Amino acid sequence: MPVQDYIRKRFFPHIWCGGCGHGIILKGILSAIEELQLQKKDVVMVSGIGCSSRIVGYTDFHTLHTLHGRALAFATGVKFSKPSLNVIVPMGDGDAMAIGGNHFIHACRRNINMTAVIMNNRIYGMTGGQFSPLSGQGVMATTAPLGNIDYAFDTVELAKGAGGTFVARTTAYHYAEIVSIMKKAIQHKGFSVVEILSQCPTYFGRKNKMKGASEMMDFFKDRTTSIGSDAKKADPTLIERGIFVQKESSEYCENYDKIIEMASKGKES
Amino acid sequence: MEGKVKFVQGNEACVEGALYAGCNFFAGYPITPSTEVAELLASRLPKGGGKFIQMEDEIASMCAIIGASLTGSKTLTATSGPGFSLKQEALGYAIMAEIPCVIVNVQRGGPSTGNPTHVAQSDVMQARWGTHGDHSIVAMTASNIQDIFEITIDAFNIAETFRTPVILLFDEVVGHMREKLVIPEQGKIPVIERLRTSVPPGTDYHPYLPRTDGRLPMSDFGGEHRYNVTGLFHDMWGFPSEKPELVHNLMRHLIDKIDTHPNQICKTKQYFLDDAETVLVSYGASARTAMEVMNYSRERERKVGLLELQTLWPFPRETVAKYCDQAKRVIVVEMNMGQVMEQVKASVKYPNHVFLCNRYDGTLINVDDVKNVLRVIEGRGF
Repeated sequence: MPVQDYIRKRFFPHIWCGGCGHGIILKGILSAIEELQLQKKDVVMVSGIGCSSRIVGYTDFHTLHTLHGRALAFATGVKFSKPSLNVIVPMGDGDAMAIGGNHFIHACRRNINMTAVIMNNRIYGMTGGQFSPLSGQGVMATTAPLGNIDYAFDTVELAKGAGGTFVARTTAYHYAEIVSIMKKAIQHKGFSVVEILSQCPTYFGRKNKMKGASEMMDFFKDRTTSIGSDAKKADPTLIERGIFVQKESSEYCENYDKIIEMASKGKES
Repeated sequence: MEGKVKFVQGNEACVEGALYAGCNFFAGYPITPSTEVAELLASRLPKGGGKFIQMEDEIASMCAIIGASLTGSKTLTATSGPGFSLKQEALGYAIMAEIPCVIVNVQRGGPSTGNPTHVAQSDVMQARWGTHGDHSIVAMTASNIQDIFEITIDAFNIAETFRTPVILLFDEVVGHMREKLVIPEQGKIPVIERLRTSVPPGTDYHPYLPRTDGRLPMSDFGGEHRYNVTGLFHDMWGFPSEKPELVHNLMRHLIDKIDTHPNQICKTKQYFLDDAETVLVSYGASARTAMEVMNYSRERERKVGLLELQTLWPFPRETVAKYCDQAKRVIVVEMNMGQVMEQVKASVKYPNHVFLCNRYDGTLINVDDVKNVLRVIEGRGF
């Protein structure tokens, strides 16, 4: 099925600004789903609030556009109630890591079979350019007019620390990598986390004097490298891309099936 | 009534009612005095293949039951004061997206952490207006174990019929006291199943286009129909819209679908009201005290009656007016600072005939409290 058949054309044009990275990520996710030949009726996309979260409305799956930060909590209800569904949860950096931080670490811990996609543009775009927990020190934002003093989370380290069984990172520049990582993430049995660095030329770029979208994508090309590459050894400040964790661990819904089995045996007691 | 007889506390009667109504998904978080609901369902649900999940917080619990409901499950969460505050955000989402679900609030004293192990009825107005924005809401309560069982079934039936969250406002006393419960055979009490769309696969299904009767047939996530669900104002496809006419019509629909059906939703119980000169209006644990005072008064040939409210929202204005307008005096018996009294005053012809007998110290309002107020109002001295 061509990728455009996964789109709800009725709802276009989309709300994203020219140069935004989110459209690339949308196509990357859809291509992964297409290559895996998932049926539309077997896919649920759940999102929260923000620019990134509008992604779900444009896709022709069962789509649930929820509350700021709560996407993973709603998604857990969907998945646990009907484990046969493929649940994909695109979120923004503020959405997933600030207001949704608690749900994020607990979804990692629970290892429920869903895929979280953190579309990280290091800024709150929809509300007009405030710093997020992934902005980091020195970033300029409308709520940090003299520079941000907050340290940033490292999504990968946080997910690993919380027990994530599949943790990966790529960028909007590396389209082919988005597709290949998303395929593996969706196929992974357990909770998978994919951080995708995305550009927001309108707010992050403008505030931080990064010129336009293409210069921001050049940054992703020049300042990132594959995990453990020679380039990383030569320049430790480079951001690593790739799959950091991919391990087998018992999955939440399957574990609960065992509870049902045990409880059913003792039904009469 | 014939059936299985048990001796249970209110929280367990609520669990029995939920299971009778077909509840197969619970998400919750531990909190006094509602925890027994979660504990019992953790044990009971998997026996029938149902799902129990303890979430990371109250917010997540509320979100999870909404997500699960969209896949076709009948869902429940249970909490108390502070947790009820946290659930308000997603409660508003369930109202806006029209997702059936049931929320139990076994009330304790507030504000804040308040009086965790003691009784109160002070969340009546929070149930009405706790979430932001204009909306209608259904909130129900009960004063004894059998009624808790039955009102819980009602709550699920109303949630499914009107595609709405329903709040069960119990209190610490009815939640923890024990009485006889008779569980009738399945089928004796009607259980309403969700109205699902008959639109065939491949044909456009409009999840948010009300039928002429105002109802919206649903389609489970995972089924043939794919659609969008959002907390934003939305069109018939469920897609966000801010067109003024559409916003206006959706607001009207959300309010009218509840407020124009008082006969289906508003439940009250009436005792000795036909000739009552004094009407006691009460609900939940307070109604037990009020009933005892009524019985005591009737034994002494004083014309006291009791109007017990089982639906608090939408407020049963017409029934309240009918019985209160013909009485000389009305005393609202409740464990808060007069939250239902204000509603009674707003409903009756003579608001200055409405008095409050209340207690807000964490102890159950007692017979002497009501007798004393009655004596003063009747002019029989202190």
